[in-house]
Amino acid sequence: MKNPDYLSHPFEPTKDELPPELKYHFALDRRKFLKLTGGGLVVAFVVQDMFSFAGETSSTGSSPDPVSGVGAWIRIGEDGKVTVYTGKVEVGQNIRTSLSQIVAEELMVPVSSVTMIMGDTDLVPYDAGTFGSRTTPQMGTQLRKAAATAREALVEMAAKNWNTPATGLKAENGMILNDAANKKIGYGELTKGQQLLMPISDKVRVIAAKDWKVAGKTVPKIDERTFITGKHVYVSDMKLPGMLYGKVLRAPSYGAKLLEADITKASHIPGVIVVKDGDFIGVAAPDIKTAGKALQAIDAKWDESKGQPSRENIFDWFVKNASGAGGGRNPGNTKGDTERGLSEAEFKHSKTYNIHYIAHVPLEPRAAVAEWTDGKLTVWTGTQRPFGVQEELAAVFKLNKEKVRVLMPDTGSGYGGKHSGEAAIEAARLAQEAKKPVKIVWSREEEFTWAYFRPGGVIEVSAGVNKDGAITAWKFINYNSGGAGLDTQYKVSNQQIAHIPSNTPLRQGSYRGLAATANVFARESHMTDLARLIKMDQLAFRLKNLEDDRFIAVLQTAAKAFGWNGSKTPGHGYGIAGGFEKGGYVGCCAEVMINSDKEVKVVRITQAFDCGAIVNPHHLENQAMGSIIQGLGGALFEAVDFANGKILNSGLSAYRVPRFSDIPKIEIVLIDRKDMPSAGAGEACIVGIAPAIRNAIVDATGIPLNNLPMLPNGVLG
Amino acid sequence: MVLLVNGVKHEVTVDPDVELLTVLRDYIGLTGSKYGCGEGACGACTVLINGKPTRSCITPVNSVAGKEVTTIEGLEINGKLHAVQEAFLTTDGFQCSYCASGMILSAVALLKNNPSPSEDAIVKAMDGNICRCGTYPYIVKAIQLASKS
Repeated sequence: MKNPDYLSHPFEPTKDELPPELKYHFALDRRKFLKLTGGGLVVAFVVQDMFSFAGETSSTGSSPDPVSGVGAWIRIGEDGKVTVYTGKVEVGQNIRTSLSQIVAEELMVPVSSVTMIMGDTDLVPYDAGTFGSRTTPQMGTQLRKAAATAREALVEMAAKNWNTPATGLKAENGMILNDAANKKIGYGELTKGQQLLMPISDKVRVIAAKDWKVAGKTVPKIDERTFITGKHVYVSDMKLPGMLYGKVLRAPSYGAKLLEADITKASHIPGVIVVKDGDFIGVAAPDIKTAGKALQAIDAKWDESKGQPSRENIFDWFVKNASGAGGGRNPGNTKGDTERGLSEAEFKHSKTYNIHYIAHVPLEPRAAVAEWTDGKLTVWTGTQRPFGVQEELAAVFKLNKEKVRVLMPDTGSGYGGKHSGEAAIEAARLAQEAKKPVKIVWSREEEFTWAYFRPGGVIEVSAGVNKDGAITAWKFINYNSGGAGLDTQYKVSNQQIAHIPSNTPLRQGSYRGLAATANVFARESHMTDLARLIKMDQLAFRLKNLEDDRFIAVLQTAAKAFGWNGSKTPGHGYGIAGGFEKGGYVGCCAEVMINSDKEVKVVRITQAFDCGAIVNPHHLENQAMGSIIQGLGGALFEAVDFANGKILNSGLSAYRVPRFSDIPKIEIVLIDRKDMPSAGAGEACIVGIAPAIRNAIVDATGIPLNNLPMLPNGVLG
Repeated sequence: MVLLVNGVKHEVTVDPDVELLTVLRDYIGLTGSKYGCGEGACGACTVLINGKPTRSCITPVNSVAGKEVTTIEGLEINGKLHAVQEAFLTTDGFQCSYCASGMILSAVALLKNNPSPSEDAIVKAMDGNICRCGTYPYIVKAIQLASKS
């Protein structure tokens, strides 16, 4: 077996935000679905195509909208309880709650009657994964339609039952009511003894956001009590009968090749199983201490790869190793004549922005429990892509996918960092040999070293501007950090924008907002510098060059709440930045002060956010807050330090993440656009914080900071 | 070795230098305390030893023999949540909640010593606990709420 450490990441950083290639899983999904249809129930199918092979359709028509490829099932049991089956997973973004609200709204039932079955590959239809802020706009939209389809079907069934026209009937609180005849019937009673399969109709009438009664309101986190009492079982908490604890032998550095290994001593420790399979060496023992001792008893010799770049020279490396123009999701945009626009500008400004690698640091590291039963592999693991991990396992162990079940209990966060299945593969390989269940929980050091990072990069920006605030040229070249958020929302007739992938020495992958954080940082820093060049107010310069009403609105809303035009404290700096990402608009204002020791303190942040119609205001604010605070780390001090293929700060005492004492006063203003579809909200709010702070620092000191993080040592200069 | 955890005596056979966190989780089955860093830097493993907040991931089990260990599982009594848990439930501030146990136990210890802490005092007392989801302002709010109850 290949050592999972060396398996390439399934996504390169820009592709992972693409809607994935359409994959058909209909036969598999259909078999799963048929297992569900035990008792009486109504099921609303989402994937319309599944019926092409089945005779049981009662199609109400569906559009070829590719979004219809998002699969989910809704079942109404004889007890009237509603169960939703979806491949989306809960990593703390509280979609278990918001999706329940959406279904409850359309089906006219209390949220407490809805149960979400999430991320169990044996029970739910295929889903590419929980990333890219797609749960709310895509799964949410599909579930709304599915639930509305089910509601309409229930009304029809009641109408037939009572031999009355459907028009006089309505759904309310889990029942169909006929007010005129003073009759009512519960959903469970209606569906009893029936099996009704139906595709959703894209034409179905959903409830307008302005009329929402359950969605659009703050509903507390589902199962919250189990979390605050320590009862929720995360994968790392699981214990199966006879389960062993696994550990994997790691290479001393990236690219090191295993020359030889003596496992004799380790194998002789009572109760210990050692697996040496190709590059992979792992142990399993009845307790974790013994597993650790066994690992230490292995004498391995490695050939370490020389000449790898380090943090000191990584930016030169990215540029020198750039691999051709364009690439990824957003290959860029060229229009007009940038060189002429630059030469004709009254003012020109060029800067290079350097972006360091950062780590996700999910507080629960990668974990998996694997068990083989009669040739079938079952793995519980914390992943944002249960079906992706199922595919990885099926490939590694040469199994039919139906022989691999992946379950994803609500997990200790991900932030884009848990797309892959390393721990699952490792636990499965050990369990195969041990013939017992095996659990693997990565150490923090392993998580810091062998997971993947948000890419580092270099962004070169050259722009021209005239004294009246017109931008004459915009040249924006991103090396390696990715294509998300690459395009400018400002009016520029001459522009050349590109993302050029490079050869990354560290394993890199998705992250919250991914490259948008870097691209918005460079763009919005540059915009403030241009405003300063022509002595125009930062906000006024932006407004002059914007056409998108929603972008303008978030900047103005943030500025108003912040008091942008109000009195300013002498010596303090004020900055603004805006961004558009994943369907969400964000405007951010920051105030900083710098003391005599040149320490920078962020005094306050005001952020306005518009992501369409709000599904759960409190949880939305919480997501915005989390993005701002996580963004603060990458803005100010987070950076992965590395040299010679080794990570040098692979612990939480060495890699600094935001703590209570780092948090400024934060004000979040949510703009509820009930006339707009709901966008995902887990990512966009991270993009504005770094440039807003940077622009406040340059406002206070005249010093432009052009690297992320800006203040690795906490002080200027 | 006999351990007194949440008022219950547990006889465990384990090397004396094994971390308390491992013993709680793997031997006694109390998995509410979490592993986050293994070096006492994140607070996810926080338990109370004789009422004092302690990082169980760097505490050898033999050092707590004869002392009272309180974990998250010991706060709820006969189905009634501790006032601090109630405040966190009301505030609904957590996201993934992996840090919750450590946060709540650190808050319990803080409020025992200082029933009405200022915001600065809360930040100082809680600064060793990491919430990577970034829900800190809600945690401060929950502690303030608990201090009023």
